[in-house]
Amino acid sequence: MRFETPKNPLEGHGKPIPCASDIVMASQIVCDRCKKTLTLDELESQMHICPYCRYHFQINARQRIHIIADADTFTESDKELTPHNILAFPGYDEKLAAARLQSAESDSVICGACEIGGHKTALFVMEPFFMMGSMGNVTGEKITRTFERAQAENMPVVGFTVSGGARMQEGIVSLMQMAKTSGAVKKHSDGGNLFVCVLANPTTGGVTASFAMEADVVLAEPHALIGFAGPRVIEQTIRKKLPPGFQRSEFQLEHGFVDNIVDRTKQKKYLAQLLKMHSSGPRTERSEQDERL
Amino acid sequence: MNAYEKVSAARAKDRFTSLDLINAVFKGFLEMHGDRYYADDKAIVTGIAYLGDIPVTVVGIEKGHSVKERTMRNFGSAHPEGYRKALRQMKLAEKFHRPVICFVDTSGAYCGIGPEERGQGQAIAQNLMEMMTLKTPIISVIIGEGGSGGALALAVANEVWMLENSIYSVISPEGCASILWKDNTKAKEASEFLKLTAEDLLSLQIIERVIPEDKTLIDTLRSQLMMAVQTYQALPPNELTERRYNRFRRIGAVDR
Repeated sequence: MRFETPKNPLEGHGKPIPCASDIVMASQIVCDRCKKTLTLDELESQMHICPYCRYHFQINARQRIHIIADADTFTESDKELTPHNILAFPGYDEKLAAARLQSAESDSVICGACEIGGHKTALFVMEPFFMMGSMGNVTGEKITRTFERAQAENMPVVGFTVSGGARMQEGIVSLMQMAKTSGAVKKHSDGGNLFVCVLANPTTGGVTASFAMEADVVLAEPHALIGFAGPRVIEQTIRKKLPPGFQRSEFQLEHGFVDNIVDRTKQKKYLAQLLKMHSSGPRTERSEQDERL
Repeated sequence: MNAYEKVSAARAKDRFTSLDLINAVFKGFLEMHGDRYYADDKAIVTGIAYLGDIPVTVVGIEKGHSVKERTMRNFGSAHPEGYRKALRQMKLAEKFHRPVICFVDTSGAYCGIGPEERGQGQAIAQNLMEMMTLKTPIISVIIGEGGSGGALALAVANEVWMLENSIYSVISPEGCASILWKDNTKAKEASEFLKLTAEDLLSLQIIERVIPEDKTLIDTLRSQLMMAVQTYQALPPNELTERRYNRFRRIGAVDR
């Protein structure tokens, strides 16, 4: 073996991000953005949003589903699909093992169907604690199947993206997932179906350059980093510091690449109304309630 | 040649560029400029030419030869307007039932402030989506470097071929080494693992064909392109796009 396996299996996962387990251990958390000290209770009661600066902390995919889907309506699909080290890439097996431990998920996306405000929709939610939400072949396959199922049943798709982009350890196969998912999005779209994508922090690389930017309605969480190239790579290329706010949601709104920025606490109602506006189905008591936003 | 020698060959300064191949393989190339939104990106050349006696739309990522030209071409790293120009020409190709031939040679889409302000990610995504259902044959040939999303944005095709000494990868070997070992001088080792050579990608069934780089290169490329174009032109449009979808659909598919 020519290469040393990283001593710590979690090494190389980027800067530590406050994940569920960190939060449990620390009762006090410093906000990444305004640096104010918050308590765990404060954060949890506010959907993991800083009460002072509205900074949206990363949450895992299950927490997101809990926030968005109507209670007990989410049914998961393709949970059994697990990634393998298809190219025998050094260190990938260890990284996968660490990612499974860190996220308690089998891959970087959770897919299925649910109701949002009583409206049936297919749903995919990316998992930031599984290799920073990177897209491997299982990720691409699960998202593709989600669009194919939704197309067959004429259902909308709601997606949440959090991703560093294509998964390097799967080489060209991960790159090809950009084309594969894009094809599925296009077919679903050509069938007259709605796709709404909510971009969370961060959405970059191959995910931005495929399904994230292909939605009919592109929404973003406040202050999320959204871009093709990562800021560090750009700074290295142009040898200049980037202006503050560069590639954040507000910048993307300003430049015309997202339709709206929606606070996490308002997303469910926003999505329910959008789904209702695109459904030709009968008005139900429940959807009338949702209309009063 | 080992993988890193292929990387060096694909990047060699004296290697032929897209325009060299366009002028040798096709006849009567008429270049068309501009994306109609913002600018004309000189890293991507587009136009119409004759392949034998069939008019085809040609798209090529151009690196240039002299220092002056390479700078003008931004070393073959396109901005969003380059991808939008390419898509505009491909849409015209669909309208006039012209096959599309793409020559890909880029280290990647350009990383900078301008491209991010003008939606590099959105431009690439748009091409992936629109090319998938374009109702005319598309053949893409990686002629040098096939760098990540910036290459794929011109390679959603019915068939993807590679020249013998070209490479196609999700990340540059240097970028990979820098992430894996925090040492971009280990690019040589990284290039082995990335499976980026034409031979590797043929055996992984990511590409259909490897074109040998000998003195028959131009004639082989021309005759193979003519054959492929005729085969795909004979298909009904729906089958053409369905085959293209299935070509990508099976990559990384997991048994149900």
